[in-house]
Amino acid sequence: MPETIKQVKEKIANSSAEDVISSYLEKIRRSSINGFIYVAENALDQAKAIDSGNNGGALAGVPIAIKDNISTIGMPTTCGSKILQGYVPPYDAHVIERLKAEGAIILGKVNMDEFAMGTSTETSYYGPTLNPWDTERVPGGSSGGSAAVVAAGEAPVSLGSDTGGSVRCPAAFCGVVGLKPTYGGVSRYGLVSYANSLEQIGPLANSVEDIATLMDVIGTYDHRDSTCVNRDINYRSSLEDDVSGMKIGIPKEYFGEGIDEKVEEKVWDAIGKFEELGATYTEISLPNTKYALAAYYIIAMSEASSNLARFDGTRYGPRSEGENWHMMASKTRHECFGAEVQRRILLGTYALSAGYHDKYYLKALKVRTLVKEDFDRAFSDVDVMMAPTMPSPAFKLGEKMEDPLSLYLSDVNTVPVNLSGVPSISVPCGLADGLPVGLQIIGKHFDEAGILKAAYTFEKNTHHHMNTAGEVI
Amino acid sequence: MITKEEVEHIGWLSRISLTEEEAVKYATELSSVLDYFNQLDEVDTSGVDPTYHVADLMNVFREDEVSPSLPQEEVLRNAAEKKEGYIKGPRIM
Repeated sequence: MPETIKQVKEKIANSSAEDVISSYLEKIRRSSINGFIYVAENALDQAKAIDSGNNGGALAGVPIAIKDNISTIGMPTTCGSKILQGYVPPYDAHVIERLKAEGAIILGKVNMDEFAMGTSTETSYYGPTLNPWDTERVPGGSSGGSAAVVAAGEAPVSLGSDTGGSVRCPAAFCGVVGLKPTYGGVSRYGLVSYANSLEQIGPLANSVEDIATLMDVIGTYDHRDSTCVNRDINYRSSLEDDVSGMKIGIPKEYFGEGIDEKVEEKVWDAIGKFEELGATYTEISLPNTKYALAAYYIIAMSEASSNLARFDGTRYGPRSEGENWHMMASKTRHECFGAEVQRRILLGTYALSAGYHDKYYLKALKVRTLVKEDFDRAFSDVDVMMAPTMPSPAFKLGEKMEDPLSLYLSDVNTVPVNLSGVPSISVPCGLADGLPVGLQIIGKHFDEAGILKAAYTFEKNTHHHMNTAGEVI
Repeated sequence: MITKEEVEHIGWLSRISLTEEEAVKYATELSSVLDYFNQLDEVDTSGVDPTYHVADLMNVFREDEVSPSLPQEEVLRNAAEKKEGYIKGPRIM
């Protein structure tokens, strides 16, 4: 059964970190969901060091799974791509330094869509991860491994990254909690860049409390990411069971056409629960929502075409033969990037190229301003917003692989959040046809406290988080 | 919308060598995505400033101080070819 940090710590107190880690490693070994793509060889040594030392850290002995685009010293970091096969980072990401300082044990690296480009974890060079609720379905993406291993009890907590919904989507599809922090809330130092103006590292867990605990650890200021904002936030202090007087905005554009009726029903049940607990809700409008998806993809692909220029067979990864540098790089990138990554680099290059820059890239940045202004305006009247995280429950493997656009459309309720930089959390709010549904709670800039309080209260007063997938052998 | 020749050109700009077959396939796929992007044409953005990033920050300065960096062998460890402390690559021209 999936566990919380508190339960893991109780087990460690009653036995040892070594026992606890051994049992997690055993679960990973017999798993058939392909969540982990690398298991840390030194996990047991790390545990023994915790048992024999006196690390009083907030996460002493607690195992954690790390998305494979977060740099880990001495452990491969592949981004789910052939182009980083064999790459072992010479440094730790800021978040990894912080986790280690608090005594966490890095269990290994988990699967993802190649370079975080996807909504299903099917584009990984290492094969798809399966959804532990139904192994014929995708776990969501791009942090599919991060969500699936937490849902299957192979790790109590994990880190993912969210560029356009990549933490919230798999959290919703796998029935766990996932947070996309405010842009600037968590250092991106050591996160392999895909779309740097949009993405944030975020935690996934089986409880809202664990999300807050992880944010207190990873959300500290770091000068090595110049977009990291220096704020003193105590996330755990926002865990109050009280939403009386909270004003909830329901963005009408996030419901209706394209959203599965059963998903809507579960979300409305959740909103009804909040009302019962003393909150009020009003319908609001974010009128530029219909343009957010196109603007998001143009910006993300443009940034990707620049960020992924570094993968050229020179400093890391495999190298193909070529008579000059151009041919060597072009062949390496052709042979080692998957189709979706190539598509996005090509489109991004096109959107930035002479003659198209103003029509696509600049236009998208202006639409981004309008989307952000929608949020600013709406948040002057409400405290939080609520909507479905995803338009449907988890879809079947292969269902959306042939048509890239149909896959992009499933990000419709998550990408506006990244364009405007606000924080958002997905929490389980019930099952539709036996599959988890995620309630998305969106907050104001740096008001993680508001959405954590709402999510915590919901969890304390409902049983949805008790529905778990568990092990898949 | 986007031709095979244009795909080959952006492939060259992107340093991704494409086969003829791939260029044809990408031309179809990318055209349908670009069609979707074209809906932005209907948004009136006159007088709207672009948003490059959302962090409420301007320049972030620090003192220009020398601090330890990674040892050379660590930095070179992942390179496909190296020679005398350098990364070796094929000729440029």
